[in-house]
Amino acid sequence: MRREIPLLITAIAGVVFVVQYFIPHSPFNHLDGWFSDWFSIVQACAIVLGSLNLLMISSQKIARKKEGWGYAVVIIVSFFLITIIGFAGGEEFRDVGTGFDWLYNYTYVPLSSTMYAILAFFVASASYRAFRARNAEATLLLLAAFFVMLGRVPIGDLLTMWMPEGFRMSNLATWIMDFPQTAGQRAIMIGIALGLVSTSLRVILGIERSHLGGE
Amino acid sequence: MIVEPQQARVVIPGTVRFLLLAFLAVVVSITSTATASEPNADSTLLETQQVEPVTSLVAQDFKYDNGERIELFWVPSVDDRLVDGLVTGYEVYRTVNEGDPQRLAILPPGANTFRDEAAEIDSVYSYYITTLAEETSAKSVATEPMTSEREWLNRDRGYLFLIAFVIAAAVIFFVETAKRGKKLFIRKIAGLEAIDDAVGRATEMGRPVLFVPGIHDMDDVQTLAALTILGRVSRTIADYDSKIFMPVSRSLVMTAARETIKSSYMAAGRPDAYNDDMVNYVTDEQFGYVASVDGLIVREKPATIFLLGAFFAESLILAETGNSVGAIQIAGTARPAQLPFFIAACDFTLIGEELFAASAYLSDEPKQLGSLKGQDVGKGIAMFFVIAGTVAATISYAWDIGPVNDVLDWLNQVFSSN
Repeated sequence: MRREIPLLITAIAGVVFVVQYFIPHSPFNHLDGWFSDWFSIVQACAIVLGSLNLLMISSQKIARKKEGWGYAVVIIVSFFLITIIGFAGGEEFRDVGTGFDWLYNYTYVPLSSTMYAILAFFVASASYRAFRARNAEATLLLLAAFFVMLGRVPIGDLLTMWMPEGFRMSNLATWIMDFPQTAGQRAIMIGIALGLVSTSLRVILGIERSHLGGE
Repeated sequence: MIVEPQQARVVIPGTVRFLLLAFLAVVVSITSTATASEPNADSTLLETQQVEPVTSLVAQDFKYDNGERIELFWVPSVDDRLVDGLVTGYEVYRTVNEGDPQRLAILPPGANTFRDEAAEIDSVYSYYITTLAEETSAKSVATEPMTSEREWLNRDRGYLFLIAFVIAAAVIFFVETAKRGKKLFIRKIAGLEAIDDAVGRATEMGRPVLFVPGIHDMDDVQTLAALTILGRVSRTIADYDSKIFMPVSRSLVMTAARETIKSSYMAAGRPDAYNDDMVNYVTDEQFGYVASVDGLIVREKPATIFLLGAFFAESLILAETGNSVGAIQIAGTARPAQLPFFIAACDFTLIGEELFAASAYLSDEPKQLGSLKGQDVGKGIAMFFVIAGTVAATISYAWDIGPVNDVLDWLNQVFSSN
């Protein structure tokens, strides 16, 4: 039963989501919303598990003085600080000017932006490795990337301004993005859509059950 | 002495005379302004009184719903203009079963549609719109009494249903075929073939394996696909007595992943080696999670990293950090925008459908492999229609042949259904 009940729930939920998409009649039209609400409730309850796990792991690190235990202290302090300030703010804790709002805007947002900004450097290093002309495909990738990047900046058109309108670097970049790139991406998307259908069917039919704890 | 009348005359000094004249001028000016402003006030009043109502008001039943929606369309008032416009808004009124009008909404200038989402199928509705101006309003002609209807099937999605049905039938057919013992050929997927080698490498180096299941929850099929691969990876890890770290950004994924790893360790006959701490929750916040995983990579220096699931901007940050510590990386996602980053930074990448095929591929179960064959039927259909559509579009553009145009229209209708 430990395996059958989750399989049954999965199958029912899967079928309901398919059926409600094609039947607008009541009660099918409400099922999507109900299931989504239930999922949100389960998700909200599960956050307690997550938070407890985070606190437990961090506390163990501090207690055992594991390498990097200082970071665990930062996690616990931050966790309680934001939770207490959030609760102290009452129902309007997210309003402008509250302590929670201040912490969010002046600590979380800058830290988050910093992480995001690192992406610029990683794009450069990854591009450097990816665009080495090791073989025919990589050379093609290098050339396509070169033309697209050049076509996206004013100097691209400046270098090719002697060419007729429509054949300049920006036009070439647009052509690469609109045709070969879009065609390739759509092919991948068709494969993904079919993969989704196939995987969903396997899950609904109970053929695929490794997400329930292996098999 | 008789005083001469001339001497009795009052002599007004120049300054006083000037002041008197100025006073008179002001009085005349005010009077004339007041007199002049009267006709203007009248004309403004006339203009506001003449604000035009909306026209061509149409109410129609919303197609394919449970009968709770009626849509209204109208042409805004001619006085609804950006420059010198008189309209300040619109009020939508509804009468139910010829009762008193109820105001449903106040809409801003420029509005020309409204959807009544509180209709009931047994009632008769009529609607009108009141155009609002500064001091006046104008009521439109009311719509004919109507009822809303509920439908059983969304016919707009008929073609989609047909396509889904054919693909699903093909999947089920091949699953049944495989069950009967027919041998099916599945091409090699390099990324999945490399799993054992990658875990073996970690074991030899005495360093852990890091598994990142993306940042979406269990309601994303990509996360589900990642967990199916986790089952196989953790089984190999248990066999090799290696070590796995799995930081997650969703609590439900944490519990599901624990179950998966636990089962794998039990299947490998090593339940004692399993530890709940192998999977730990970090945070739901995208970049907070990335910072934590990056820190883990830099400190623990895993020999093998699996990045499988739904990834967004963090894909390259994680993959490049992994690359910087010399880890062998196997990545896979169904998000086309993130695939180039994984291809650039990882050793093996499961492109889209390969991620979903992984479970069937790794299990080697005939039933599961059959589903992959069914998927191929879908690909065949897609290829046929892509070629047919391309040929039809080219002929239609070049020669404008009627029947070909019809085919093209039909294809557009079939594949643009939502």
